[in-house]
Amino acid sequence: MIRLENVTRVYGQGAGAVTALKDVNLEVAPGSITGVIGVSGAGKSTLIRCVNLLERPTRGRVFVADQELTALNKEALRKARHGIGMIFQHFNLLESRTVRGNIGLPLELIGTPRRDIDQRIDELLELTGLAERANAYPAALSGGQKQRVAIARALASNPKALLCDEATSALDPQTTSAILTLLRDINQRLGLTILLITHEMEVVRTICDQVALISGGALVETAPVGDFFTRPATEEGRLFLNDFLQLAPSNALLQRLSDGGAGNGVPVVRLTFRGQSLSSELMTHLEQRFGLRLHILQARVENIQGRTLGLMIAEFDGDRDIIDDAMAHLHTLDVQTEVLGHVQRHD
Amino acid sequence: MSSAMIDRILDAVIDTFYLVICSGVIGIVLGIMMGVALYVTRENRIMALPALNRVISLIVNVGRSVPFIILMLALAPFTRWLVGSYIGTTAALVPLSIAAIPFVARLVEGALNEVPHGLIEAAESMGATPWQIITRVLLPEARGGLITAATITIIALIGYSAMAGAIGAGGLGAVAYNYGYSRYNPMVMLVTVLIMVVMVQGVQMLGDFLVHRSRHR
Ligand SMILES: Nc1ncnc2c1ncn2[C@@H]1O[C@H](COP(=O)(O)OP(=O)(O)O)[C@@H](O)[C@H]1O
Ligand SMILES: [Mg+2]
Repeated sequence: MIRLENVTRVYGQGAGAVTALKDVNLEVAPGSITGVIGVSGAGKSTLIRCVNLLERPTRGRVFVADQELTALNKEALRKARHGIGMIFQHFNLLESRTVRGNIGLPLELIGTPRRDIDQRIDELLELTGLAERANAYPAALSGGQKQRVAIARALASNPKALLCDEATSALDPQTTSAILTLLRDINQRLGLTILLITHEMEVVRTICDQVALISGGALVETAPVGDFFTRPATEEGRLFLNDFLQLAPSNALLQRLSDGGAGNGVPVVRLTFRGQSLSSELMTHLEQRFGLRLHILQARVENIQGRTLGLMIAEFDGDRDIIDDAMAHLHTLDVQTEVLGHVQRHD
Repeated sequence: MSSAMIDRILDAVIDTFYLVICSGVIGIVLGIMMGVALYVTRENRIMALPALNRVISLIVNVGRSVPFIILMLALAPFTRWLVGSYIGTTAALVPLSIAAIPFVARLVEGALNEVPHGLIEAAESMGATPWQIITRVLLPEARGGLITAATITIIALIGYSAMAGAIGAGGLGAVAYNYGYSRYNPMVMLVTVLIMVVMVQGVQMLGDFLVHRSRHR
């Protein structure tokens, strides 16, 4: 539905030129939700603005609904934009218009008859749960309500695709979750294709089917969300994931690790379980079969798009042979292990 | 004061209203067009034409830097060509309107600059034409600033019209000059000054009221 081919965007010229996007290729399947994630300054906004050509790529081609936007003249591009909705971090509602007036704006631009506009506004008020606030001005609305109005407005002309530029970044966690639920709902009910950008893994985890990681203007990894959260293919992906899961060693543990016990200490291991939970059976198995004593220090289990991701940091107390055997066994079960360091034995 | 003088002052009030309202309407309408042109033709704007922008900007600056009294004298030939005379109430409309245009244009440009850029982007993302962006987004969103601009302009025109009156345009300025000053009638001077103060005050209050009503916050 949306396809970027070798899209590059350079700002400025000569020595001061900034390459905000480098040879980006991205495909968003019809009816799916794709999230582009990256740190601030990675090029996310530039990327999403290149999709409806608010920003013109320096090189490369952009397709939406099998139409090459980069080949269109101004008039044809305006027509094509009627089929692409967009919502923004700061909502961008007209303060001079009521909720109804804002929602009807795109249809006024197309020249839809007034009666049809009013009917469509009623449908959208219903869909976004705004019926009660129909005649309020934006200044009287909460952030969540404003974003609902923006969503209703973006849907007014029945677009095939919706672009979301950090749509929940100005909202508190509860409101974020409600807006994400609404987007998911719209995606499923209307079959709307959604491309969103965000710096929050939580957003990707909650509603996306596909994720693309952007770093320094380049897409470094594109994967189904379930795969990305269980086995990121790149170092950048792993960093993002660890940051999100926050299963970094606690400060107290780091202190103990730096105090060492290098030669004769007990290894501290971070285990990553994919697609299976940290079952107590497995723990028992390790203790009984290998005689390994496990001290669990930190653990976390996440459910991502129906797949389980478990993380655990534990001391592996036992002889070196035992530890090696236990690790080998874990690897056969597809549990990833990483020795973080050693600490003094407890007793 | 004689009743003849009172009639004279009432006539002068009507002349002043005529001058201010007519030149105000012409100046504000053309000034808004020029202000919009200044805004949209600037670099990176919706109808970016930087060369044209510099020309308009120069015209506006020249227009604003000439003191009104000089402008009026300088325009006398043009005024005569346009309305057949350079003396009289209708003739004074020409320099008043022309003085108002660049004044309004800058104020309007300032009001449009206050409209958040995100709104223009949102409209562009909906496929709005530049004309639709001007009429459906920029002007309505800048309404408060535009009313303020109109208020300031009308008040400035009340002052200019009095200046014009002193040299043949009629109105309160003429009465103050001919009777209050030349024939030294302090009562007439006081009354004309009071009437002007009330007019300015009234325009300001009306403007404030309209701005307040246009704000939905
Ligand atoms: N209009 C612009 N002019 C010059 N540089 C820009 C412009 N917009 C963005 N950039 C630069 O491009 C890079 C990517 O910016 P952006 O797409 O806004 O990142 P993100 O949305 O991920 O924070 C940054 O280095 C930024 O400074
Ligand atoms: Mg951004």
